[in-house]
Amino acid sequence: MSSRIVILGAGTGGTLAANRLHRELGRRGAEITVIDLDDVHVYQPGLLFVPFGLARPHHLERPRQSQLNSDILYIERLIDHVDADRNTVVLRDGEEVPYDVLIVATGSVLSPDETEGLSDAIAMNAVHHFYTLHAAEVLEAALDRFDGGRLVVNVVDNPIKCPVAPLEFCFLADWYFHQRGIRDRVEITYVTPLDGAFTKPIASDTLGSLLTEKNIRLIPDFNTGSVDGIKRRLVGYDGREVPFDLAVVIPMHSGAVYVGRSNGLGDENNFVPTDPHTMQSLVRPNIFVIGDAANIPASKAGSVAHFEGDALVANVVHFINGETLDASYDGHTNCFIESGFGKALLIDFNYDTEPMPGRFPGTVGLPLLKESRLNHWGKVTFQWLYWHALLAGRRIPGIKSKMPTAGKRVELGGPQRLRSIERPKEGPKPEKVS
Amino acid sequence: MTATLISGVSVELNAEGFFEKPEQWVPEIADELARQEGIAVLTDRHWQVIRFMRQEYFSRGSGPTVRTLGKASGVSVKELYELFPHGPAKVAARIAGIPKPRGCI
Repeated sequence: MSSRIVILGAGTGGTLAANRLHRELGRRGAEITVIDLDDVHVYQPGLLFVPFGLARPHHLERPRQSQLNSDILYIERLIDHVDADRNTVVLRDGEEVPYDVLIVATGSVLSPDETEGLSDAIAMNAVHHFYTLHAAEVLEAALDRFDGGRLVVNVVDNPIKCPVAPLEFCFLADWYFHQRGIRDRVEITYVTPLDGAFTKPIASDTLGSLLTEKNIRLIPDFNTGSVDGIKRRLVGYDGREVPFDLAVVIPMHSGAVYVGRSNGLGDENNFVPTDPHTMQSLVRPNIFVIGDAANIPASKAGSVAHFEGDALVANVVHFINGETLDASYDGHTNCFIESGFGKALLIDFNYDTEPMPGRFPGTVGLPLLKESRLNHWGKVTFQWLYWHALLAGRRIPGIKSKMPTAGKRVELGGPQRLRSIERPKEGPKPEKVS
Repeated sequence: MTATLISGVSVELNAEGFFEKPEQWVPEIADELARQEGIAVLTDRHWQVIRFMRQEYFSRGSGPTVRTLGKASGVSVKELYELFPHGPAKVAARIAGIPKPRGCI
């Protein structure tokens, strides 16, 4: 019998999951429906380059439906909510779409309203970000007008999409102002709630040194309480203030809004509680999650959605066949970090192993945790692979979903750094909150 | 990781002062842990956060972030910073005897 698989979201995760499930199960094995609210698929890694005039917005967009196999039904409509008790997706216009298996792939949205003053500061053009095509273009114009002063780049709170993007923005801003011959008139400051440039110690050291080298000031442990667009300053919960002339503030991220309207589907930030290895939701056995929509402790990044794809597709097929879900995602993440002047770093890590130096994917490969032109070209070339191989669910030669260790100087990380992310099973029962 | 005596109870703390074994924690040692963080007296409001931290850890496998605390613990983010001025998520995690919140990125 054919299973009805409904996939919410036609971004990176939803598209690759739809195409791969279609290939696995065939037309008779499953009836696949994908729902999204518009027909514009944005190549999100490209957004970072728009403010610096290094990418044109229309080169980053393609229709969502054209990325899907033609046997897959595409519905372009707003989702009102998921009724998990009735295995039904209810659309905004009242139409109902029943499912046997649901895959949540609706990513994350920006929540500037969660930070006092941030939405107003963005509206009055005092504060910018680059997380939508429109915002990135507005920032491009603002940078163009900027001829000196204090540029502040701030992450309000994690998780955010591509946690290294704000650092890359700093590196590229350094390059950009050099090109314009006004670098000595611009003070660049990176303000983060983390205790260093990045969370993972070895990468944090490398990236922290790069900031110093490029004369970018780092303010760690800063928790932004409010943003004042009129007086142009960030105010921390501890009372500290960071004044700016131009600010790039990455708003907090949440899961899609309909998740909040779906009883029991999401957590307090609208992310869906998900098993970090099987990609099955903890909400219902027939609900799976891929990409940013999941609350798992992995980065919100396209590479994560890509690598989760193997476990997700295998486990959805197992589920349909009534078998044990034995496919497991290891937390593998892979990011190019653009460092300006035509160079980039590459980091590769998973739940248990932090980014380490060496080569990827094997002893002959791209240099890890080190600036190189090769990595920059890797980042540039990736856009072609994204549209032609990754979304279509084709294998990318040499790239596997499990994190490779050949070529890595693993002795630097050592087993003492391995952290299991299994849920604690032993221990006392949680105390009641009064 | 080193074994330390807190109010007569032997616990293992990592280099950053976080518990590696949350089951070694008992409510009686919280006052002493709080004093080490510069908090002289634990009020009911502190305790509400401490209980919530442990509940979250045992149900989700990681301590909550400040954002989650502000939304779900019944204590606003502003008050959290008044209660734990040196960073609510980390300080409350140390007092509540749970590992460092991952604050996933």
